[in-house]
Amino acid sequence: MSATANKKAGFGSVLWDYLTTVDHKKIAILYLFGGFFFFILGGLEAMLVRIQLIQPDNNFVSAQFYNELMTMHGTTMIFLAAMPLLFALMNIAMPLQIGARDVAFPFVNALGFWLFLVGGIVVNISWFTGGAPDAGWTAYTPLSIFSESHGLDYYSIGLQIAGFGTLMGGINFLVTVITMRTPGMTMMRMPLFSWTTFIASVLILFAFPALTVGLFLLTFDRLFGANFFDPSMGGNVIIWEHLFWIFGHPEVYILILPAFGVFSEVISTFSKKRLFGYSSMVFATVLIAFLGFMVWAHHMFTVGLGPIANSIFAIATMAIAVPTGIKIFNWLFTMWGGTLRFNSPMLFALGFIPSFTIGGMTGVMLGAAAADFQYHDTYFVVAHFHYVIVGGTVFGIFAGLIYWWPKMFGKVLNETMNHWFFWLFFIGFHLTFFLQHFLGLMGMPRRYWVFLEGQGLDLFNLISTIGAFFMAAGTILFIYNMIWTALKAPQAPADPWDGRTLEWAIASPPPFYNFKQLPLVRGLDPLWIEKTEGNGKMQPAEPLGDVHMPNNSFIPFVMSVGLGIAGIGIIYQVDNPMWWIVAAIGFIIFFGSMAVRSLKDDLGYHIHKEDFEKEGDGSNG
Amino acid sequence: MADELLKSTNLPHDPERATLEGKNKFLGFWFFLGGETVLFASLFGTYLALKNSHLDGVPASELYGLGLVFIMTMILLTSSLTSVYAIYHMKNNDHKKMMLWLGITVLLGFSFLGLEVYEFYHYVNDYGHGFTTSAFSSAFYALVGFHGAHVAFGLGWFILLMVRNRKRGINLYNAPKFYIASLYWHFIDVVWVFIFTVVYLMGVVG
Repeated sequence: MSATANKKAGFGSVLWDYLTTVDHKKIAILYLFGGFFFFILGGLEAMLVRIQLIQPDNNFVSAQFYNELMTMHGTTMIFLAAMPLLFALMNIAMPLQIGARDVAFPFVNALGFWLFLVGGIVVNISWFTGGAPDAGWTAYTPLSIFSESHGLDYYSIGLQIAGFGTLMGGINFLVTVITMRTPGMTMMRMPLFSWTTFIASVLILFAFPALTVGLFLLTFDRLFGANFFDPSMGGNVIIWEHLFWIFGHPEVYILILPAFGVFSEVISTFSKKRLFGYSSMVFATVLIAFLGFMVWAHHMFTVGLGPIANSIFAIATMAIAVPTGIKIFNWLFTMWGGTLRFNSPMLFALGFIPSFTIGGMTGVMLGAAAADFQYHDTYFVVAHFHYVIVGGTVFGIFAGLIYWWPKMFGKVLNETMNHWFFWLFFIGFHLTFFLQHFLGLMGMPRRYWVFLEGQGLDLFNLISTIGAFFMAAGTILFIYNMIWTALKAPQAPADPWDGRTLEWAIASPPPFYNFKQLPLVRGLDPLWIEKTEGNGKMQPAEPLGDVHMPNNSFIPFVMSVGLGIAGIGIIYQVDNPMWWIVAAIGFIIFFGSMAVRSLKDDLGYHIHKEDFEKEGDGSNG
Repeated sequence: MADELLKSTNLPHDPERATLEGKNKFLGFWFFLGGETVLFASLFGTYLALKNSHLDGVPASELYGLGLVFIMTMILLTSSLTSVYAIYHMKNNDHKKMMLWLGITVLLGFSFLGLEVYEFYHYVNDYGHGFTTSAFSSAFYALVGFHGAHVAFGLGWFILLMVRNRKRGINLYNAPKFYIASLYWHFIDVVWVFIFTVVYLMGVVG
């Protein structure tokens, strides 16, 4: 249905197609553009922060605006850039890697995307309506309770909406991995990226509800006069920190595990070897996720939980270095004796290993509770988490985007430009953040909008800002490369990297039904097995037959917009009760669409065998 | 194929899990309930941390009347049982009896909700125990209110399903829908058991 519509599409029909799509490959593209938009926005905020800190006593932005910038930089990058970009990779690669025709809940998948987008837009509307959130991305109470503008209301409502979307995406991936694998694709034959998608989804499922509750309580306190975090009314500000970090620490593993998965794919492919220690990689992933739930209080060492609690959380924190170390060595041993090719995804993987190891090392330093009293809230912490999040997650995202770009768009990005991009970004990254370790050790606190002259902080801050410009230049080059590739690059073959896993067995980009016949998997790296032992093509696991496909739907979009409208109404009802009407309209749209979805039978449709036969064999092209 | 999904003859014994879509829904909903568990656990944690912060307001031990809450508990537990009967008849492809038991479940749910509204009204008007009174009151209404909202949503869900399927029998398409709605109902019931213990019993005794 959508395939024929695509061929003769004008702008209007393409737009409609994307607004209503439930195809995981198109949703991946939506996540990519949504996430990349917010990545640029968060990057601009970071640039303004670094320009303000280029010299002592600078007056480039005001103190209030600085607070808004650094709050929104963190919020945007974590929730609205890194998560959706990872979801883009999961959506494009995971169903193809496990040999599925679609995800388990195509409708929910689309709903997840639109909720994320609406949530992100709601948070960012605050820029135009009297001030963005200004209490840091962690929104610690009681500061966030007493912040006067509506900024933090936008924060709590917007992230609430985006968080629902993420939760639904997570459940969808979990069920997809469990029920939709092709014959022969056992759990222990799954490519590691699919494994990390699965484990990250488990983390999403059990971590996000804590944030949901935290944000609800914050909303209740700010907009409905509740007293959860107001000590004068018996409230307790530490509850927010607990709820936030019970979510927030697993969140960093949600961000890093899929990146580990990308690197496992990339290193194995470009070393022409199967992944070293596959089962220990899976086990290490599970262990990191498990331990990830028991370390949240290491963000709260200075709260005063007492030496016993601090020691337990310190030891749990350091224990995570063990499975992570196993992973690092497995990647090194995968390369050992392999036939290495230094394509740009591989460069990012190689840049990742030392960068992330430094981040891990400072992580263990911060995990030592007694020492943490010195590092707490200094630039040492800033340097640490940028080393793991940029050096890990962002490198992983870029490696994955370049690696799977042909699967998304049918074209390979220009390698020369990507090499330039990598070196600009890699050098800029270390220039920006390496010296921040020392700024922190010298005592420079994070989140301050100016620093004084003559404290020995001038030069390192200047160099740090210069580094940020390198990263910006690299990113601009990457955007140029996207456009150049779309216009000038030739059509990519099905398997441009000499890949090992199922996604390279079908055309780039794949047909909308993915696999005409589900492939039969005979072991780990199934395509590689066929390349070495068969005729280079996957053998079908079923005869050619009718394929069931889900119908497109406009409801996810309408539902999300409805929830966004309701959110805006809730924010402004404190100023004027008339806004309850807006909120009511929003909720009617939201629950109304939900009811329509429930009442209307949606059985999908079938692509008939005869239509496949007419089309000819395009699947292994 | 599509017609077969909507036929109500020759159903297998587990119609809710006979199709891939049904299996996916079944599994996905269990995962969702896992997430809901964390949601309520967070609310319970918050309540436990704040339950003694009643300031000048009425403390928990003087506020709760166990008699009313006991009746509410019995009503909700019974409604869980009646929803089991409904699913039992669904598996036997007895549309009429399933609808009857679902109807009873909905009636019990509404009486629970009515009593809860009365309880809240009573607290606010006779004890001055409103949402904004103290940290304790906020935490109480957040936890019990979230549960109440879940009950209301569950009732709306049941009613919608019953209205939609009043004239057609059980089939492979709607069986998973009935089944997960009843799963949701059981979950609400389990949460209430914890609320009854942790909030009311511990509030009066502790």
